Amino acid sequence: MQYSKKVLEAFKHPKNIGEIKNADGIGKVGNPVCGDLMWIYIKVEKNKKGQEIITDIKFKTFGCVAAIASSSMLTEIAKGKTLPEAKKLSNKDVADALQGLPPMKMHCSNLAADGLKKAIIDYEKKKKDLKTKLEKV
Amino acid sequence: MKVYLDNAATTKVAPEVMREIETYSTEKYGNASSLHSFGREARDALENSRKVIAKSINAEPEEIIFTASGTESDNLAVKEIAFLHKDKGNHIITSKIEHPAVGETCKFLEQMGFEITELDVDKQGFVDLKQLEKAIRKDTILVSIIHANNEIGTIQPIDKIGEICRKKAVIFHTDAVQSFTKVPIDVKKIKVDLISLSAHKIHGPKGIGALYKRKNVKLGTLIHGGGHEFGLRSGTENIVGAVGFAKAVKLVEKKDIEKMKKLRDKLIDGLMKIPETVLNGPKDKRLCNNVNVAFKYIEGEALVLKLDEKGIAASTGSACSSKSLMPSHVLLAIGLKPHEAHGSLRLTLSRYTTEKEIDYALKVIPNVVEELRQISPLWRGK
Repeated sequence: MQYSKKVLEAFKHPKNIGEIKNADGIGKVGNPVCGDLMWIYIKVEKNKKGQEIITDIKFKTFGCVAAIASSSMLTEIAKGKTLPEAKKLSNKDVADALQGLPPMKMHCSNLAADGLKKAIIDYEKKKKDLKTKLEKV
Repeated sequence: MKVYLDNAATTKVAPEVMREIETYSTEKYGNASSLHSFGREARDALENSRKVIAKSINAEPEEIIFTASGTESDNLAVKEIAFLHKDKGNHIITSKIEHPAVGETCKFLEQMGFEITELDVDKQGFVDLKQLEKAIRKDTILVSIIHANNEIGTIQPIDKIGEICRKKAVIFHTDAVQSFTKVPIDVKKIKVDLISLSAHKIHGPKGIGALYKRKNVKLGTLIHGGGHEFGLRSGTENIVGAVGFAKAVKLVEKKDIEKMKKLRDKLIDGLMKIPETVLNGPKDKRLCNNVNVAFKYIEGEALVLKLDEKGIAASTGSACSSKSLMPSHVLLAIGLKPHEAHGSLRLTLSRYTTEKEIDYALKVIPNVVEELRQISPLWRGK
């Protein structure tokens, strides 16, 4: 398997590893049977303009070189982005930032952006639930 | 520190072999079919090499056919027996843990109308002899079962398999590429008809293999041409390869096996101390140089690359490292779940492996496994 320098670099020195305690959103994607599993944790805060920003993001990944590298790269790209910006990130954006992935790895291991989308959906759902709860009170 | 623990993939060429290769490449480079002194010199070298390889399994020189690889030997044996005996029957028996050189050849034959039975193996990778005996039918023309498995090191009882095949008058082929010179084979005692061998797994050069063919067993040819190798494998003889192969065989000493066994066991014992680690393959009747373990909750390709960073060369049966994205068929056959096969690591020794290298591996591997487990969402620090 030939990986780009960027992939190997991201694999060797992955950024933002771990869990966020009291994360605002968690996205779980993948399937351990086919080999890759990613959990993405996000922390969301409002900036001065009132925009919702991903202030912290971490990951845990069970998987191959491509899976770990794409998880790390996604967290680097997504950090500091507004939620609408972050939602637009695709798996292809992550692969491009890594100078590409071997074709066979594009589908099975390149899931990090999906994980982030799920984490954002999780955050929005929690926020909505909280709002309804508050309204009832 | 650089530690090469992938000797089942290939080995370094021994310096003594290298000297022979040089001599026969630059001084004694004749074509064995030529009449002049250069040719005669090459012919003598080829025939002497044949004798050395024959002697190592107690065969006759004319029972050794040089080929270009273990894979070619497997193809020659399995296909040509099938083609030659298809009037008698079209049933072939093999196992679920063959090397692709036999496995894929059988799949090809299946497409051509042959019927293939793949024998199951137990959790340690041994074929069931009773199942074999039952599987042999009137139209069975060949049994091909790997001598020692390349991934998990299981050594099959080829003496017993040979007895069963002989009793039922079926030709028996074994791929002995991994076991050659590591597990003794005496063809006068073991009832095996065809054996595939290779040089580069025993510190010989790449590009040369051999097939042992019992004298009375008939075979066709895959490669037609000038009638080299008793008409069974045409093409100008690879004298450099043959000489290097023979030298590699001559260099093997009994004490090498004991040394590798000792280091292998040290490595297995050390790795098994890592929590949630499983040994793949048997403890006994295992190749003297094979270690295969599965570390739960991590993936093998990532593990191999992390180890590579630390100078350790190893391999894995993980799906993520295969072209097909399927986990190793051998690990699945011994009952591992796909996610367990993902975390497999194969470490294979040679006679050049030192205790210092094993100590280094045992220092590095637990840390790397821990590092990857820390990233893994499945690991909960059990």
